[in-house]
Amino acid sequence: MWETVIGLEIHVQLATDSKLFSSSSTNFGSEQNTQASIIDLAMPGVLPVLNKKAVNMAIMFGLAVDAKIADKSIFARKNYFYPDLPKGYQISQYELPVVYDGKLEINVEGKSKTVGITRAHLEEDAGKSIHDLFDGESAIDLNRAGTPLIEIVSEPDMRSAKEAVTYLKKIHSIVKSLGISDGNMEEGSFRCDANISLRKPGEDFGIRAEIKNINSFRFVENAINYEVGRQQDILESGGAVNQETRLYDPKKDETRPMRSKEEANDYRYFPDPDLLPVEITEKQISEIKKSLPELPDAKKERFIEEYGLKNADAEILSSSLDLSEYFEKASSNVSSKFQLLANFILSEVVGLSNKHNLDISKAPVSSEEVAKLITYVSDEKISIKQAKEVLNESWQNKTDVDEIIKSKSIEQISNIDLLSDEAKKILEKHPKEVQDYKNGKDKLMGFFVGQVMKETQGKANPKALNQILNKLLKGE
Amino acid sequence: MTYKSVTEILEAIKKKDISATEITKDYFKRIKASDDLNCFITLTEDSALNRAKKIDKDISKNNLKPLSGLPIAQKDIFCTKGVKTSCGSKMLDNFISPYDATVVDKLNEAGTIMLGKTNMDEFAMGSSNETSFYGAVKNPWDYEYVPGGSSGGSASAVAARISPCSTGTDTGGSIRQPASLCGICGLKPTYGRVSRFGMIAFASSLDQAGLFTTDALDAAILLKEISGHDPKDSTSSTVEVPNYHDYCINSDKKNFTVGIPEEFVNDLNDDVKNSFYESVKILENIGCKIKTINLKHTGLGVSAYQVVAPAECSSNLSRFDGVRYGHRSKKSESLESLYRESRSEGFGKEVKRRILVGTYALSAGYYDAYYLKAQKVRNLIAQDFSQAFEKVDLILGPTTPDKAFKIGEKMNDPIAMYLSDVYTVSTNLAGLPAMSIPMGFKEGMPLGLQIIGNHFDEKDILKLSYLYQKETDWHEQEPGA
Repeated sequence: MWETVIGLEIHVQLATDSKLFSSSSTNFGSEQNTQASIIDLAMPGVLPVLNKKAVNMAIMFGLAVDAKIADKSIFARKNYFYPDLPKGYQISQYELPVVYDGKLEINVEGKSKTVGITRAHLEEDAGKSIHDLFDGESAIDLNRAGTPLIEIVSEPDMRSAKEAVTYLKKIHSIVKSLGISDGNMEEGSFRCDANISLRKPGEDFGIRAEIKNINSFRFVENAINYEVGRQQDILESGGAVNQETRLYDPKKDETRPMRSKEEANDYRYFPDPDLLPVEITEKQISEIKKSLPELPDAKKERFIEEYGLKNADAEILSSSLDLSEYFEKASSNVSSKFQLLANFILSEVVGLSNKHNLDISKAPVSSEEVAKLITYVSDEKISIKQAKEVLNESWQNKTDVDEIIKSKSIEQISNIDLLSDEAKKILEKHPKEVQDYKNGKDKLMGFFVGQVMKETQGKANPKALNQILNKLLKGE
Repeated sequence: MTYKSVTEILEAIKKKDISATEITKDYFKRIKASDDLNCFITLTEDSALNRAKKIDKDISKNNLKPLSGLPIAQKDIFCTKGVKTSCGSKMLDNFISPYDATVVDKLNEAGTIMLGKTNMDEFAMGSSNETSFYGAVKNPWDYEYVPGGSSGGSASAVAARISPCSTGTDTGGSIRQPASLCGICGLKPTYGRVSRFGMIAFASSLDQAGLFTTDALDAAILLKEISGHDPKDSTSSTVEVPNYHDYCINSDKKNFTVGIPEEFVNDLNDDVKNSFYESVKILENIGCKIKTINLKHTGLGVSAYQVVAPAECSSNLSRFDGVRYGHRSKKSESLESLYRESRSEGFGKEVKRRILVGTYALSAGYYDAYYLKAQKVRNLIAQDFSQAFEKVDLILGPTTPDKAFKIGEKMNDPIAMYLSDVYTVSTNLAGLPAMSIPMGFKEGMPLGLQIIGNHFDEKDILKLSYLYQKETDWHEQEPGA
């Protein structure tokens, strides 16, 4: 039996207007090299000036994960050559990061555990090298160079891909809730490196491999699972895992080596003499604390209290900002039945999102439409089964739920007089069955319901129909 | 037409005795006549004359700025918009800066006219100006001698009176040492007094922009214009900038307590010793009180400096990779060869030596033994000074152990070359202001007196220099006179 040991390094692009050390814009998707100033280009003689907003955002994150905030932190140079790193060094933090010693509680399959957060430091992003644009030449786009990042380093506290993804999602939810990042994984605003090793329980940590730059939750899970399998095969055949950096290829669903420890850079970190130490006062921290928005754990408690949700459902809904926003928007359009709404969103809407590999924030059926379906169900206008069918159709055809209900005339018949007439007709048609029922053959109730349903093309409100039949047959 | 100083030129322009155009033309005539000194890498005659014309127009409208019409030479380490900024290196031989350094910007704002960009040791690494890609600069007192470095071109130009003043940078003595060897004033302000923005970095924690002039009052006038906080340089100071010139003229302060560190005078040769103690006598006559002090860790200065400066330079010079600007080798076939060949061809021997030393000092496993230890020594040196400044106002010593050496003499002995910085490096390590002023001659070559002040006490350094220069005429001596 092998135990999996996972630690994550998450790079989060901060949502500042300008770069970490220059006044260039950080907009995504602008024309190449139009957002690179003389500072981003590392012209001779230029100097960095710290964007204080980025520091405040890092402090917000630190407070959200119960971490210590360094009263004095230092920027260091990480030296290496690469064409998209204009200065030949990245300004990062090494010995004294701005945030350290934090923790985060996660919940996986009903069990909660705490993941330690070693540190979160500020650093600048590199530019982009593009190798497939020109034949035989590489192109460099420095728009991204200097964009502020926080790198969040966890302790090796996770024991399965599921735990890792849960932790990752919760960090994602926190940075989005705080408004310090757009968390857009496709555009690279939220990226993850995973350190993975195996060991026999109780033994020391095994040799780890690092998988770089994984950019979706699903890929993180797949990459870890692949890597665990790979390392297990090696260890079980008596081999040793190489300490190396690997890349995950989502197309082939495999990891492959990028560089080994022997080829690893010596980054020659040293304090950047161009920048003063960052000093953070208690006052600054307490002011930021006051302005913090609601975080996932507080939201969970509120969901339980305000909507009466089950603990497990509140946990899942609050763990993702997109999901909780979807739920809260829908819930503001229903008057009760919040648990029903939560169930419907978690099983149906999330189910469809997963199936189509979509973020719930991009679901083609809006939360308002879902709220309508739940209202109709609670008003007994349609059945829950019908609600699911309408949702599916609305998802596929992008039509309003009202239109679907109308066009298919699947609205339930809840009108007591109408249903009574139909029920009476059926009972008159089947005197023998009525007699048998009265003699104790209770199972025949299903037969009568079925017959009325058949007559009404399934539109009869089952609950109302049951009551009417009971009344007619038993005289209740 | 012989204007001897910045003060005289500004006065003459103000009185309209001479126009900016006339004075500019005059200096270009002098520059051309002294071409063989090799002071300039680039001359900007056309733009200077255009600018002079514009300034004359402003003057005719009585729109006078503090330095209107003053010709100045800029060390080629300062970025100048639209003008080649080579830093004395083949690496930047093709580099036209897209922007002005803050120092250049401020001097332009104050009304100066740039004559050109002065020669210097490559990337300011050297003490003789012999490491320049553009060839050695000559000492105007004797063409066989070095002018010192790294700001050799700037110093030689002012000494030869082909520019009334110039800018320099000082990382371990690069202003004071050439000022001393050329017989002029060289002021290195407090670290943070003057913005480093646009000054090509050698060792960021030591680099400081400063000035060359013929006398202390000129330095006082110019220092005010280049000093002050710059939002583009986080390490620049917000300490208020006084009117140094008025302070020199008007304050009655003269009985300074002046400390002489034993470590600075113990091993002097007789000529330097005699000149130095004659100067001390003059200061005593002015009313100064002389005290012997100790700066115990002076002897470790050069070693600490030779770790810290190369370490920072190894990182600062990484940006010269042949990718975005600067020299790119024609032999580059792969990314690695692009780097290797461009840097091998673009950098000279001394720069390579320092990059290698610095890279080594920062490497895993050596960082603690070299870089960290050097930082500790640095703290000890700074402590020595702060303890000394509890007892004295200013510290005095010779700027260099000896007069200028001959061109070629020390080129193959880097250690001997490094040791010529022995009295200057410790002030850079401590971030203190210091100035070298002429104090005599040895065998016809100038000697310099170094005055070191406490942080942001440039005004007292200038005041003492001013008082000394009222009593002496060393600063009025001109080469070839």
